[in-house]
Order: sequence, then structure tokens, then C-alpha cells
Amino acid sequence: MSERIYVFKRFERFWHWSQAALIIFLMLTAFDIHGTYKIFGFEKAVAYHTTAAWTLIGLWVFAIFWHFTTGEWKQYIPTTEKVVAMMKYYLVGIFKHAPHPFKLTTLRKHNPLQRLAYLFILVCVGPLLWVTGVLYLFYDKWAAWGLGSLSLEWVALGHTIGAFMMLAFLIAHVYLTTAGHTPMAHIKAMITGWEEVD
Amino acid sequence: MKTRLIKATLALCCASWLASGPACAEEAKPEPKPVKLTTTADHSKFKQLQKTFDSGPEVTKACLECHTEAAGQIHRTKHWKWEFLNPETKQTLGKKTVVNNFCISIASNYASCTSCHVGYGWKDASFDFSKQENVDCLACHDTTGNYKKPPGFAGNPVTKDTEFPPGSGKIVKGIDLAKIAQKVGKSSRDTCGACHFNGGGGDGVKHGDMDSSLAAPTKEIDVHMDAEGLDFTCGTCHKTSSHDVAGSRYTPTAKDDKGVQVRGKAGSGNPATCVACHDNAPHKKEARLNHHATKIACQTCHIPTYARGGIATKMTWDWSTAGKRDKDGKHITLKDAKGRITYESRKGDFTLAENVKPEYAWFNGNVQYTLLTDKIEKSEQRTPINRMGGSPTDGKSMIWPMKVFRGSQPYDPVNKTLITPHTAGNDDTGFWKNLDWDKAIPVGMQDSGAPYSGKFDFIKTEMSWPITHMVAPKEKALGCAECHAREGRLAGIQGVYLPARDNNKLVDTAGWAIVLLTLLGVIGHGALRIVTRKH
Repeated sequence: MSERIYVFKRFERFWHWSQAALIIFLMLTAFDIHGTYKIFGFEKAVAYHTTAAWTLIGLWVFAIFWHFTTGEWKQYIPTTEKVVAMMKYYLVGIFKHAPHPFKLTTLRKHNPLQRLAYLFILVCVGPLLWVTGVLYLFYDKWAAWGLGSLSLEWVALGHTIGAFMMLAFLIAHVYLTTAGHTPMAHIKAMITGWEEVD
Repeated sequence: MKTRLIKATLALCCASWLASGPACAEEAKPEPKPVKLTTTADHSKFKQLQKTFDSGPEVTKACLECHTEAAGQIHRTKHWKWEFLNPETKQTLGKKTVVNNFCISIASNYASCTSCHVGYGWKDASFDFSKQENVDCLACHDTTGNYKKPPGFAGNPVTKDTEFPPGSGKIVKGIDLAKIAQKVGKSSRDTCGACHFNGGGGDGVKHGDMDSSLAAPTKEIDVHMDAEGLDFTCGTCHKTSSHDVAGSRYTPTAKDDKGVQVRGKAGSGNPATCVACHDNAPHKKEARLNHHATKIACQTCHIPTYARGGIATKMTWDWSTAGKRDKDGKHITLKDAKGRITYESRKGDFTLAENVKPEYAWFNGNVQYTLLTDKIEKSEQRTPINRMGGSPTDGKSMIWPMKVFRGSQPYDPVNKTLITPHTAGNDDTGFWKNLDWDKAIPVGMQDSGAPYSGKFDFIKTEMSWPITHMVAPKEKALGCAECHAREGRLAGIQGVYLPARDNNKLVDTAGWAIVLLTLLGVIGHGALRIVTRKH
């Protein structure tokens, strides 16, 4: 019989879902601005993208505060333990209904692959997007900030690369939510906070 | 309680209506309408002007009795000399010298062209530029609208009814110069426009951003000249000092970083630029636009289209088709559905357009003309009548809107030069009368003092005209997506990264490949899971 543990606290769930919505909206407007398609048109897309970006920055300020005050930041410390086992599980075990190599607890709620993936997003993709994004927003201030020699083209390229990586992550992330013991288990957990563990 | 409140409100309303309405009107006596004089002198009271004038110079002599230095001031200007030495390129320019691809040149055509000279009697190269009474005061200072200098009279007004051309039976009406002289005043949109609206031989033909719709424009046509609003005259921007009008097409100010021209501020910037009033950072709400303004001329966004006043401007002129006659040997004139001339035997084929989107180019203010002395080569490329200097990296250029006027005009394939044909004139060699290039070209080239091989051909040319008039209200300025788009207005502009227009192919291809592979990966993985699931 399975037991239920409380893994995602209320703020964390709020943070996750509002961030998810904002990131999806940012993606939608981003490729509009990029000229890939036209939904809002450049002018509105830029305005929406900017507003969403500032909202996400605000959300992050709270999230960072929360992570440090609760100690939850430790959930992202990378580990090599069971990484190979996790990869084997996703490549082979999952199809043979082998047992999940990772036992979830409230202190270790992310499996080792998740930790690595989220850390990569947090320290590589995120900062790339934020640094280039903020520079993009303050394009008119570069000279005043002593960044006059910066090239808009390189900043734009960096931002675009970050966007593609985030989109690829989003796809993989959404798919892997179905890899729980039932396809909806992880999603339910992120809504209710309670995860069923075997 | 409620009704009392309503009653009180009603009473208050009535009281205030009575106080401000009919009651006031009864008390106030109609004040005499103030006479808006822009001068302290009523010229109709001057004895010198209370006589019959038979010619322009007679009027000027009367003007000079009081305005003793005026002619000398005029004598120093481009308006008088039609000559300009470009200090940067060292080219001698001015209407006297330049060749264009409209009516081509004034050489040998003086009597017609000089109807727009601020002088009297320039009929050939022997004109005396030192004579004070040859200055035409009325061309710029007429306020009646009756002053006319018909083409063919070498810049002279006609004071007695005259048959012109002689023997044609057409009468040019004489005008009363005394009436005009007694009403002189400041220059106006009409006086400047009499010539500048009609450059190229007709209303709106040449510039595209200047035509008779600017005589009394709506706000939509020109936010500054708006006759019911700001009501600027040309001189409001083209601030004139000692009769020398500010602003130049030969040495335009492409980038003005001097800021607002405050009284007493040192420096001799061009007072006719946008920046001279609006400063370099005029956008208060969107600071980002001020950054745009470091690379983009104000005109680029604020003049979305030119020829907006309902008057079409010429876009092309093909001289090579001129000279056709109908079966009776007569000149042909063809018109389009709107009644605009699209072909004339004496001029060739035209195309016209209204509400034209400009072309855009980096421009640093340096203009190099192709003069009669310059060698030209016929090729696939159009020969530039004027080369507009500029690049994204020279630090002096801005992205400017241009009217690019394209045409085909006679050139000498042996000497490899442009040609200045004799067009206007009621004589045997004038092309507009006899349609014979072999007669018209030698006369014109001789007048220009240029060699002619005896052979002519036609060469494709283009001429750029920076667009700067017909500034639209700010609500009508270009939206972002006009340029921030794959095929936007600035599609051909190099040297700037334009979000939405530009992307890096490698990044985009690799990016989408990774996204696609991820998607295929999860679909494959998911499919396998479904296939291997326990039943």
C-alpha cells in the first residue's frame, strides 16, 4: 500500500504554477517578437513580454527569499549518487516496470537527474536569459552604464539561445511529469502538495 | 430629503448658467476686433508706392529708398546667385550648375526657369547680378496672391496684357504692381510655395513632401503648418537672418546633436532641424524611443508617407520616349483615370503617386553631385544624379527617408557626360516646341560651355531627395512593426540589429533542431511506455 507525503508547500506550488504560466506566456510573446509568427504583433508582444518579465523577476525575489529562509535551496545541490541508475531507469527500467531507483522524501524531493536539470536551468539558462533580457530592456542606457561597446546582436543571440534551451527543457519537463507511478501522479502532487509514494 | 437635494442642484445649475450665459453677453460690449498687424508700417501710406509701376525694377527702386541694404543682403544668398560652393566636396553647385533628372538644367532655358528667380531679367548668361534693382522684393513679400511671374518672361512680371507666345493668340493678363507693393508683408507659405511647391515644373512634382496642400494644410498633412492650429510658415523653421534662409539641400544637416537652439547659445547650428526645437531626447513617455533617435532621423518615423495632401508627386520620368507625334503631326498628351498627365510629347513618360512610402538610407549629410564635367558609364546600375553619403559606422549618419526619383535622360555616349538640352523657349531649337534632340542638344551644351560629340543616347538615372516636410501628428508616427518585421520598411538597412527583422540562421536552426529532437524523444519514449504498459 502506498503512503502519502507532503512534498510541495503552498508557496512552492503557487510559485511553480505562476512561474509556469509566466514562462509559457513569455515564450509565446518571445517568438512573436522574434518574428517566427504573429499573434499579438511586435509592439504589443514587446509590451506584454516586458510586463511578464518584470512580474517573473518580482516572483523570483520572493522565491529566492523563500528558498533561503526555508533551506529548500539545498534541494538543488547536485549529487552523482544514483545518476547512472536514474538514466538506466529512464532508458530501460521504465519500460520493464522496474522499481524507481529513487526514494522520494520531503528532504530529497527531486531525483538526482532532476537536481542536475534544475540546477542547469538555475545557473546557466536562467542567468543567460536574465542578463541578456535586462540588457535588452535597458538598451538605451548602455552608454550611460559604460557598456557602449556591447553589441545588440550578441545580446539578442544570447537571449534567443536561452529561449530555445528553456523551450526544450519545458517539453522534457512536461513529459517527465507523466513518469510517476501513474501518469497524473506528479501533476496531482504539484497541485495538492501530496505525493503518493510506493 | 432627496427631492430637496435635486432642487438645490437644479437651482445651482440655473444660477451658474445665468451668470455665465446670456446675462454676461448683455453686459459686455463687443470689443473692436484687434487688427493683427505683423508690421508697424502700412505700406499703402507711403508716397513712394502711390504711383504706377511699369516694371519690377521700378518697384525695387522704391523699396530700396527705405530698405537701403536689402538688395545687398539678397545678393549674397543662394536665392539670388543660384550658385553654391560646397565647402566639403568643393563642388560648385546651385541651380546655375547642377543637372537633375526632372527638367534637367536651366542652361539655355533661363527665360522660363528664372520665373522662380528672386530677380528680374535673367534671360541668358549675360544677366547682371550686381544690379540692385534687379532684385525682386515682391516674389517673397507679396501678400495679395496676385503677384505672378509667368515662365518665358525671364523673371519679369507682366504689367500690361501681352500676347504670349507672340502670335499664339493667348493673352497673359497684366497685373497692377502698385496694389501689390502697397500690401507687402512677411513671406508666407504662399510666397515660398509659389516656387517651392512647384519645383520640377508643376504642383508637387519634385519634392513629394512639398506641394500646394501645404498652403493651408490640415493637421494630418503637417502638424506644424496646420492652418487651424500651430499655423507655422516656412520661415518659422527656416529662420531667416539678413535675408539668408536657413536650411540647405546641398549641405543638409543629417544629424543634429547640438540640442535646442536657445537664444544666446554659441554655435551656428541649422535652426531648421527638428532638434533645434525638440532637442535630442524628445520622447517623454518611452525613453527607448530616444535611443532610436540616436540612429534614426526624426523624419523616418514622423513622416510615414509623403505626398499626403491629395496631390501626386512624380516618381519616374522617361525622357527617352519623348518626341512622339500623333498622325496629324501634333503633340500628344495622355492622362490617367485621375486626369494626371502620364505622357507628353515634349517630356516623355511619367509615373505619379500619392501617399508614398519613402525609401530609407544611411545619410550623413554629404551629397556628391554628378555634374556636366563628371564622366559617367552606362551600365545596369542607375547613374546617381546625387550620391548620398552615409554608413552605419561613420558616426555621422542617421537612417533617413528619401524620395528616390528615377528617370532616363539624354547623355553623350562618346564624351560620357550628361547632357543639358535646350527645352523651353519659343524658338526653332527648343525641344518643347520642335521635338528635335539634334537641334536642342548642341544649343543647350553650348550654353553650358560643355563639349558635345554630336551623338546622344539615354541613360537611366536616379536622384535622392531627403524627406523632411509633411510631419504627421504623433499619433500617426510609424508603429514598431513597420520596421520590426521580416520584410519591414528597413529591410535593406545594414549595420543595425533589428529584433523581428534579424535572426542568426545558425542559432535558429540549431535551436529548432534541439526543440524538435526533444519533442521526438519524449514522443518516442511515451509511445514505448504505452506499448510496454501492463494490462
